[in-house]
Amino acid sequence: MPHDHHDHDTLSPSGHPYRADDDAPLSYWQVMEIAVRELLVEKGITTASEIASQIDTMDARTPSNGAQVVARAWCDPEFHAALMDDASEATRAMGFDIGALKLIAVENTGDVHNMIVCTLCSCYPRNLLGLPPDWYKSRAYRSRTVREPRSVLAEFGVILPDKTKIRVHDSTADMRYIVIPNRPEGTENMSQNDLAGLVTRDSMIGTGLSITPPPIGA
Amino acid sequence: MQKVRVKPLMPPGHVRTPAYLRGKVGVIERSLGVFPNPEDLAYGVTASALPLHRVRFTMADVWGANAENPDDTLDAEIYEHWLEPADAT
Repeated sequence: MPHDHHDHDTLSPSGHPYRADDDAPLSYWQVMEIAVRELLVEKGITTASEIASQIDTMDARTPSNGAQVVARAWCDPEFHAALMDDASEATRAMGFDIGALKLIAVENTGDVHNMIVCTLCSCYPRNLLGLPPDWYKSRAYRSRTVREPRSVLAEFGVILPDKTKIRVHDSTADMRYIVIPNRPEGTENMSQNDLAGLVTRDSMIGTGLSITPPPIGA
Repeated sequence: MQKVRVKPLMPPGHVRTPAYLRGKVGVIERSLGVFPNPEDLAYGVTASALPLHRVRFTMADVWGANAENPDDTLDAEIYEHWLEPADAT
């Protein structure tokens, strides 16, 4: 049995250790956040329910928004041109509430593969794709991607030929980036909606590729 | 494309020019317009609007002989006051 452990006092019924309670004292910044939030509510500038609803809005944003943008760019040449020209405006016109997000779309081709990183912190197009994965914020990803992008890609299972040029984009200031991955071969007859299902979060960060569907009848 | 060098400065405080690019030479890939200077914003003082550029470096420009693949590139957004013409000494 995979979970045939015998330490019943410290392991959960599924056989994994219980997560320790978070009993450490609040950090300086946690105290600061609570203090500022309580002051804003006390002074009537915002309310607890407005804050909760903003958190809901952020949690409702998912990579499927970006996948719809990519699938449309694959299908609609006019939208594709608008997206490459001004990605913020094009995604807004498509109906996404991306706030003040300043977005640049970078496109993979047969010769070029794009990858996004933020070495200084964890800049990510949250207003379109939702919260970034934890690894995106890790020191390892941030420091290694600018130094050895091919090794990082290989760990994600993406091995590119030497002749494919890798373009790493370090979002150091005000822009955020989305990669437009290559449209998989054999998808000429798929609907835009079905195509969106092939666009993974990682393919829009550049650590993955879009999914190639199995051949029909396979 | 205009060839520029990131100024090799190491000032204290909040800046958004990564240390690994300081002193490196690249080309301006595109200019992005003006944005409030983050070096002011970080301290809550009135921020001047400064031109921001996307600068493209080759991995050879950045890492020299240690580059994983010298022809791969790295783009970063650098504020104009951090850039100087590449032929400046």
